[in-house]
Amino acid sequence: MSETPISEAETRPRSVSPPGTTPAILLDKVNKWYGTMHVLRDITLSVAEKERVVVCGPSGSGKSTMIRCINRLETHQQGRIVVDGTELTDDTRALDTVRREVGMVFQSFNLFPHLTILENCTLAPIWVRKMPKADAEELAMSYLTRVKIPEQAKKYPGQLSGGQQQRVAIARALCMKPKIMLFDEPTSALDPEMIKEVLDTMIGLAETGMTMVCVTHEMGFARQVADRVVFMDQGEIVESGPPNDLFENPKTDRLQLFLSQILRGH
Amino acid sequence: MSDIAAPAPAPIVHPPTVLLGPWAWTRNNLFNSWLSTAVTLAIGYLLVRLTVGVINWGLINAVWSVPVGANGIADNTACHAVKGIGACWAVIADKYRFILFGRYPFDQQWRPAICVALFIGLFVVSAMRRFWRRDLAFIWIGTLTAIGILMWGGILGLPYVAQDNWGGLPITLILSTFGLAFAFPLAILVALGRRSTNLPAVKMICVLYVELIRGVPLISLLFMASVMFPLFMPEGVNIDKLLRAQIAFILFAAAYLAEIVRGGLQALPKGQAEAADALGLSYWTKTGKIILPQALRLVIPPLVNTFIGFFKDTSLVLIIGIFDLLTAAKVAISEPAWQGFSTEVYVVLAMIYFAFCFAMSKFSRGLERELDRSRRR
Repeated sequence: MSETPISEAETRPRSVSPPGTTPAILLDKVNKWYGTMHVLRDITLSVAEKERVVVCGPSGSGKSTMIRCINRLETHQQGRIVVDGTELTDDTRALDTVRREVGMVFQSFNLFPHLTILENCTLAPIWVRKMPKADAEELAMSYLTRVKIPEQAKKYPGQLSGGQQQRVAIARALCMKPKIMLFDEPTSALDPEMIKEVLDTMIGLAETGMTMVCVTHEMGFARQVADRVVFMDQGEIVESGPPNDLFENPKTDRLQLFLSQILRGH
Repeated sequence: MSDIAAPAPAPIVHPPTVLLGPWAWTRNNLFNSWLSTAVTLAIGYLLVRLTVGVINWGLINAVWSVPVGANGIADNTACHAVKGIGACWAVIADKYRFILFGRYPFDQQWRPAICVALFIGLFVVSAMRRFWRRDLAFIWIGTLTAIGILMWGGILGLPYVAQDNWGGLPITLILSTFGLAFAFPLAILVALGRRSTNLPAVKMICVLYVELIRGVPLISLLFMASVMFPLFMPEGVNIDKLLRAQIAFILFAAAYLAEIVRGGLQALPKGQAEAADALGLSYWTKTGKIILPQALRLVIPPLVNTFIGFFKDTSLVLIIGIFDLLTAAKVAISEPAWQGFSTEVYVVLAMIYFAFCFAMSKFSRGLERELDRSRRR
């Protein structure tokens, strides 16, 4: 089976993956409540291998909750989530399998402050992949070189700038050689002058053919990288499609309002 | 006009000068107004009086030794002569072996003496970070085994000494060292259990344990261990009294320490656990490598606070008749010849306790500084 590149012409949200491809991520009528608050409503989304999806929407729209459901940092209460052929259930072994294949980058970096940059990167390969320490360090250095901070390897996270920390977080996730990368507002906690270095790193990653789901408000990034943009509001997917279509011809009032708000902000 | 020039460096502005040195400090802090000068002089006068008094009592007028009569009883006439104006350190000179080692056979007291040295050596080694490796566990097991052999004897040509005859400082060190060494890991497990979200039964047991034990005074637990517990045991089963007190002590200390550890766990940002989960780390790897190293670092001050408190609380075993340092001291001064000279003995006791507690607090401050240095910018 070959991976089908997503055609630019596709405008309608897909409820199932195109024939002939196994979706890397499949969410099927996923529902979630916090108490009585309905935060995810019938979310159906399929992400093909090597596809790059950007999720946007106003705050409180459930986009972070959805992306966190994909590696079960949040549990869903209804519907199915299948990642790389494994369905997410209470079965911890399935969960371990999924988490090994899915890397995640957080808004607040979440580096381990008591470990050096190098140790941050080698921890999971050593303990989860059971890689010998020397190999893990070599791997970590290669990824740190790729995110352009090999010279910081011996420092602690507190000694790095926000942009550098986020690039380390990306390298740390990549050290597990994930098939899928999730980004949860990776640039929202950064000072403006550091956003570019992180986005450049992510663009570089996209060019390698990584399957990516990214919650972000960086519309320039979405245009440049995304195969598809998903717009969420009040817990549901309102519109989705290629970035240019979506941004230039929003079909719903909600998306129009959202776009006018974030454009005014820039 | 030249091309774009490098921006001129910002002019250097020095901070305002302040007077430094001890003389300036004294004037600024102690004699900066009439009121403060008066207070300084008054407190200074009291301090001088106190110091002179202590030196007179403790050094100049003190009696350091007294002749021991042919019957083995000390002749304390000299001490009675200076009572009230001078210390009678002779009581320490006469009784220090009993205070330190209790009723342990006199000619065998080199054994508990070595034990005390081993304990102190163990503390010093454990305090040094370069020994913080897996070997440290073996050092502990080896040292504690050696201490057990030395105290009990019965092998290697050492005469057997029943536990009832142990006493003094070794008992205090045994109770506190074993107590905290077992209570601390137990406390960590209880704290983790209490925060568990997917094991409600474990969580409930941990909550129950902490609340029950914490709600009872240590003394009542010790009584239960020494008086009630044997009633429930089948005929002929007799667990050593020291061991029973030790277990009561461990259970009590663990409940307190567990709450401190839980405080540290709660203070840790949620993102740390999430990042570890997202990397696929197992629960125990996540806990051992990410959560605990950070959580315990946060709670070093209250942990050491509790350690110090429990070190001193071991003296409560006095009431169930275990011969620790305090009990030995009390028995020593109940001897007719030395009645009325308890102050001197308690001063020495206080100094011994202080030495251990101060070492602990010094170590903890050093440790905090060192851990901070390796982390912050």
